[in-house]
Amino acid sequence: MHKLLAATYKELLLLTRDLGGLSVLFLMPLLLVVTVTLIQDSTFKTLEPVKIPLLVVDNDQGTVSQNIQHNLNSAAMFEVVPSPNEKAAQKLVQQGTFQLAIVIPENLSESLSQRVNGNVDRILSRFADGESADTLQKNVLPPKEIRLYFDPATQQAFKTSVRTNIDQMVAKLESEAVYQAFQEQLTENPSDALFDTDHFITFTEASPDGAQQMAVPNATQHNIPAWTLFAIFFIILPLGTNMVNEKNQGTFVRLRTQPVPYSLVLAGKALVFIAVAMVQFALMLLVGMYLFPLLNLSPLEIEGKLPLLFLVAFFAGLAAVGLGILVGTIARTQEQSAPFAATFVVILAAIGGVWVPVFAMPGFMQTLSKVSPMNWGLNAFYDVFLRNVGIAQLLPEIGALSLFFIITTLIALLYNAKKNAI
Amino acid sequence: MEGMIQISELSKKYKGATDYSVRQLSLTIGEGEIFGLLGPNGAGKTTLISMLCSLLKPTSGSFRIAGLDYTAQKRQLQRLIGIVPQEYALYPTLTAMENLRYFGSMYGLKGNPLQTNIEQQLAGMGLTDFAHKKTKTFSGGMKRRLNLIAGILHRPKVLFLDEPTVGVDVQSRSVILEQLKQLQQEGTTIVYTSHHLNEAEEFCTEVAIIDRGTIICKGVPKTLVSKEANARHLEDVFLIKTGKALRDHA
Repeated sequence: MHKLLAATYKELLLLTRDLGGLSVLFLMPLLLVVTVTLIQDSTFKTLEPVKIPLLVVDNDQGTVSQNIQHNLNSAAMFEVVPSPNEKAAQKLVQQGTFQLAIVIPENLSESLSQRVNGNVDRILSRFADGESADTLQKNVLPPKEIRLYFDPATQQAFKTSVRTNIDQMVAKLESEAVYQAFQEQLTENPSDALFDTDHFITFTEASPDGAQQMAVPNATQHNIPAWTLFAIFFIILPLGTNMVNEKNQGTFVRLRTQPVPYSLVLAGKALVFIAVAMVQFALMLLVGMYLFPLLNLSPLEIEGKLPLLFLVAFFAGLAAVGLGILVGTIARTQEQSAPFAATFVVILAAIGGVWVPVFAMPGFMQTLSKVSPMNWGLNAFYDVFLRNVGIAQLLPEIGALSLFFIITTLIALLYNAKKNAI
Repeated sequence: MEGMIQISELSKKYKGATDYSVRQLSLTIGEGEIFGLLGPNGAGKTTLISMLCSLLKPTSGSFRIAGLDYTAQKRQLQRLIGIVPQEYALYPTLTAMENLRYFGSMYGLKGNPLQTNIEQQLAGMGLTDFAHKKTKTFSGGMKRRLNLIAGILHRPKVLFLDEPTVGVDVQSRSVILEQLKQLQQEGTTIVYTSHHLNEAEEFCTEVAIIDRGTIICKGVPKTLVSKEANARHLEDVFLIKTGKALRDHA
């Protein structure tokens, strides 16, 4: 016990003497979480979205274009900005000033009206006079094209979403025009509503846990656990460096000649770096609770969840320490350990769903995400934040994190024993 | 005579090497000796010491220290030996006191006895005034002295030193050698490697010249000199036995 305390105290001293390393461990994650949350805030605000400015070139100047603009303005996604002509709009989008522009063709309202009226007349004539629809002259009008310009940097998913929205809007306008034409033909009184144009089939989103409101992660609820995990796993960098330094300084050689098991040396490091993970997590929580509201971000609500949150953070820290110990045991130089650790953490974060949610990944990446301990940690945090689970439901995830620690540490011990066998 | 260190046909061949670094080496070192392992670069000195300190696994052969077998009684053996490696095996951001407290604790030393021991050793090496300074600010000579203290805090029965006086000034070397002589008088067996043959001639009670992994001569320095017709110093014996060809290797 005395040796373990001495080893732990030494690690603590080494850590506190490295102010640069400490600032990387504690301040950089805070900076990261604030920056990323500010950037991602609108993406996660599904209830109060930020509107995307949309350039509209209205060459129609008719009722249809007014309806389109009215619908775009009413939609949650867009804020209509008029543009005088197509060329100017095209230029602004190409420059990246606007993400997209929509060009409404000339005479759209008139053409649509002609086409719909012609169709309605032919149908009604058939019913009224028994004439064949074919005997009435068919109004041959060229199709009208609404043109969309996208910023070349726009992501495909966004383009698809916009296209779908506008497609639905145009289809609705067309069907309304058809109803309107029938209405005008069949009754003299415009207030006499013959057709019920409201949607017959509707859908509603219900919360699986029976709550009034659907639980959806906001930017805070995603970023605090996600970037805390990123920061926690980043300790494999200083931990690996710490162990490689011992080899390079010769202190590891001295330790190997002393009557001390390697597991004790590792235990001293593990205790200190798990404590670092806990402090990192506490700081992240404080930032989420007190700094975020000052930055107009959603505050982190942890009421009644604190013990479970710290439990998850502890096991995530344990997994990170295991990985750091393994990297530090195998690497011989800082040139091996530092770039590997940094890159590996980024890969684990990427496949673990820290940046892009797992459900948005391709199928094989979703399968791959299951091997990332950051994914287990993130799921456990989501369980606590959004699904209000108890400790029993967290067992699979914290069990996996513990197992990861045990396996990585065992590999490190076996590797060391084999490498330094005597 | 029962030796403190008994080495029997010890060999070491590194993985991928074409030749043995230590070949069928047998040697007995008596208790209380200051034994110098001398040899050109690549002769096998550090490999031999590394095996005796349990840092390297022998390819074949065996050795015992104070009657303890290196495989079966490794932990007991580690308590008996001390090592002063060639590099400064110290934490640069810790103070001298913090380094020594840590390394002492790893031998199970604690509390006042450890503190008193550290203070005495620091005083003996002239480092009392620097006890609370970080070792990264120390000169080479100061680091060498501190490196020695870290290896002897637990008062080992056998002390291995790999070139303990390399790159130090005359004053530091004098303090280090004095301290080692005192340890020998207290009963510690000292095994050390050095390229300073004059120092070894004066300091060692016995030396062995090792080349290409085998011992080519062994004995009391003065006797070895007297046995060679054209030798006036140990350095002459060394050159006669190992030749003047350069031993560069990469």
